[in-house]
Amino acid sequence: MTHIASVFAGKEHAALIAFITVGYPTLEATLEAVPLLEKCGVDMVELGIPFSDPLADGITIQQASQKALQNGITPAACLEAARLIRQKTDLPLLFMTYYNPVLCYGPDLFCADSFRAGIDGLIVPDLPLEEAGLLEEITCRNNLDLIYLIAPTSPEDRIRQAAQRSRGFIYLVSVTGVTGMRKDLPEGSAGFAARVKRFSDKPLCMGFGISTPQQAALVAGSVDGVIVGSSIVHLMGSQRDWKPAVSEFVCSLKKAIMESGK
Amino acid sequence: MVPDERGYFGEFGGRFVPEVLIPALEELTEAYRWAKEDPAFQEELHCLSRFWSGRPTPLYEAKRLSELRGGARIYLKREDLLHTGAHKINNALGQGLLAKKIGKKRLVAETGAGQHGVAVAAASALLGLQCVVYMGEEDVYRQAPNVNRMQLLGAEVKAVTSGSKTLKDAINEAIRDWVTNVKSTYYLLGSAVGPHPYPLMVREFQAVIGREAREQVLALRGALPDYVIACVGGGSNAIGIFYPFLNDVQVKLVGVEAGGQGLDSGKHAASLAAGKVGVLHGAKSFVLQNKAGQIQATHSISAGLDYPGVGPEHSYLKNTGRAQYVVVEDSQALQAFMLLSNTEGIIPALEPAHAIAYALNLAGSLEQDQAIVVNLSGRGDKDMEIVSKMLEVKQ
Repeated sequence: MTHIASVFAGKEHAALIAFITVGYPTLEATLEAVPLLEKCGVDMVELGIPFSDPLADGITIQQASQKALQNGITPAACLEAARLIRQKTDLPLLFMTYYNPVLCYGPDLFCADSFRAGIDGLIVPDLPLEEAGLLEEITCRNNLDLIYLIAPTSPEDRIRQAAQRSRGFIYLVSVTGVTGMRKDLPEGSAGFAARVKRFSDKPLCMGFGISTPQQAALVAGSVDGVIVGSSIVHLMGSQRDWKPAVSEFVCSLKKAIMESGK
Repeated sequence: MVPDERGYFGEFGGRFVPEVLIPALEELTEAYRWAKEDPAFQEELHCLSRFWSGRPTPLYEAKRLSELRGGARIYLKREDLLHTGAHKINNALGQGLLAKKIGKKRLVAETGAGQHGVAVAAASALLGLQCVVYMGEEDVYRQAPNVNRMQLLGAEVKAVTSGSKTLKDAINEAIRDWVTNVKSTYYLLGSAVGPHPYPLMVREFQAVIGREAREQVLALRGALPDYVIACVGGGSNAIGIFYPFLNDVQVKLVGVEAGGQGLDSGKHAASLAAGKVGVLHGAKSFVLQNKAGQIQATHSISAGLDYPGVGPEHSYLKNTGRAQYVVVEDSQALQAFMLLSNTEGIIPALEPAHAIAYALNLAGSLEQDQAIVVNLSGRGDKDMEIVSKMLEVKQ
């Protein structure tokens, strides 16, 4: 079992997975955030490598990425940040990155360096099944999980393929849309998860648009993990002393998930 | 045969998009295959192209322009005479019809110079479809007349304020809209870029330019031309005129990229000349990017060429050597803009002015019995303000 998959083993409640953009609002903030998130009960952290053209992201992560790039954050800087974070925590760490920075760095070298830095897996939102063969092979060789996304629009044969090929967990995109905070989640996330479960016993984690404890609790009942990104990123950037606000918010997410039952 | 089933032209192309769009791209590929073979669809497209868009466009021998250099004869493929003023209408009409056939009620599109946006707005009005056009804030400002035209045609123009606020960011926003509204919405991409099947589909809807030009030049001269020249941003007008000449190996194909203020200045949009292989907007192709793989800001006097990527088929033609790609700077394009206006009474768009500039220089080095066909892809009314400002600065 991989480090990522072990998070879900024998768990009574859904895991809480937090996303933050590396270098937003500052690199120091990223380094400080992960231990704080862990203290609030986060089970896994996704580190977003900023990209100039994040076409699967809504306005919050777009702006965070842009600021991080202005701060001089590169994939190399993200690897260094991961290495430093790894010294402070045993939580599984994922990179969420668009494909071009990986391609530019060199996929082989990127995966080798990621593993060395203590990264456990990759999520690449613009690399669907058809294009991911090479990276799948390279991540395998480098002991990294490559996590595939399934969308509400995915037909059965694609769900089956993604379920079979995804390692660590399967990422369910809750909405047809981009990342970002939403007032309402679409109905039917339970039905979506049930549809995917017919093809796989791998852990299912749902993300995109989950931004309140109520929404997290609602989703937690039907999946193995809940992914929250934009609302944490938003809090980190909205005030100078972001730690109390982030801490309070993430603890409330955790509490809601624990109380939701499964 | 390129592209292959997966949309690859050699190593270029493919489908690098979020999972949510893959089923839509599959559906589109199917629909396009059907439309290509369906006589009724083709007949409808043909009729509208003729009576609404104004096809065929003439191939015009620019005698006074040719005399300037005293070498080869220059022929202009007059796409500037089309309805809405540029070649963009060929693709907007074709895809618009396709969108209607597959039951989509809402079109989204991106636009740089505004020519594609105007074409989509016009096609939407004609076909009774709702239309939203994303346009970089900077382009909204520098191509204001086209914004007014789009609005008059019933489109909603949304200014894009993210990133560099130009064409690449407009494409990002259009894709985000499509990701969100994929069930109701058709993304009408305007250049030969993006995920499969767009580069194929756009090429096919634009190839009418090359088919006509080839017939016309044979009728006029009894022989094929020595050169076919077109400007390249994303590359739709170029691939449209190149494609029917691909098998005529004696015809040299030249794509002209925007050199901006010079390749050394870093302020240009020459993806093929100065980029490296990367992934942008769903396809693998040459991309202008920095060492960390971030897409670079571009510059060109012409908004339509101001794009850090290029259609995957052009990357393929460059690597196979079938086409050659060169660079023309802002100042040379501006000069050609003036020359064509003064010698032939034709005001070109700044985009094809790049191709004219290269053709003029080339003509001087050729013999008088040789011929160059230039794709005059659009007219220059939209550029009047920029040009007069540039001239003021110069004086």
